[in-house]
Amino acid sequence: MSSDDGELVAALRAGDEAAFTRLVTDWSRPMLLLARGFVSTEASAEEVVQDTWLAVIRGLDAFEGRAALRTWVYRILVNIAKTRGVKEHRSLPWSSLGAEDEGPTVDPGLFRGPEDQYAGGWKSFPSDWRTVEDRVLEIEIQDQLRTVLERLPERQRIVLTLRDVVGCSSDEVCELLDVSAANQRVLLHRARAGCRQVLARYLAAEPSEEVS
Amino acid sequence: MSEEVGQLSCQELVELVTDYLEDALDDGTRARFELHVGLCHGCAAYLGQMEETATRLGSIPVDSLSTEATSTLLDAFRGFRR
Repeated sequence: MSSDDGELVAALRAGDEAAFTRLVTDWSRPMLLLARGFVSTEASAEEVVQDTWLAVIRGLDAFEGRAALRTWVYRILVNIAKTRGVKEHRSLPWSSLGAEDEGPTVDPGLFRGPEDQYAGGWKSFPSDWRTVEDRVLEIEIQDQLRTVLERLPERQRIVLTLRDVVGCSSDEVCELLDVSAANQRVLLHRARAGCRQVLARYLAAEPSEEVS
Repeated sequence: MSEEVGQLSCQELVELVTDYLEDALDDGTRARFELHVGLCHGCAAYLGQMEETATRLGSIPVDSLSTEATSTLLDAFRGFRR
């Protein structure tokens, strides 16, 4: 067990309410976002997260620290969320990719055609992104990004949430979801590219480009 | 021309960005990727923007549990640990 995990687990086992409340507050946000990828409503996602914490409370004494505490908690969450998703007829196959995971992630119209001397080159370069100084605009952009994440196909959304919102490693994600490393990368790539395209509308220094 | 020294087009490169960032490219493709990005402003920008997208996702606003749910959990914690 890492020393951070060791201290935290010892505090929780000793009944430290402040430590528990802090943990629930810090971790429940990304957990809710992740759970929402598996189930059909916000309320259902909230129940998944609550059930996860109840399972954590009950399982604390059995936690051996072979995995990081976070991985252990997320494993419980994914199991509960998957079971619930099946009940809601939202079972997701992780061993194969779907039609939504194929094809180019960047509009082919942005590249020169096969007859061109520079076939496959940018017709015009993607605009550089500017730094946003305006706090209100920054908040709007981050809200938009969340909306885009929520509209991604479920598997892409789940992988992207684990990787970029929660901060899991690719190994952790592969283990949690039982997905191959190659498929994990495909899902991550498509999800990031989709989010990038929306960000480009807000951040392109010359906003004329890539409005599709 | 062998596959190792063949060039990547921009259109091919953008689909390899995540494999590059995940360190999943073979040595030959990785070298071609880096050579291309070093010379092509458009692809360098695209690569940087994919990285910025990942970073920005780490700070999106997300809802937490309701206060009722949190206090129910605290009750459960208290009860179990007593």
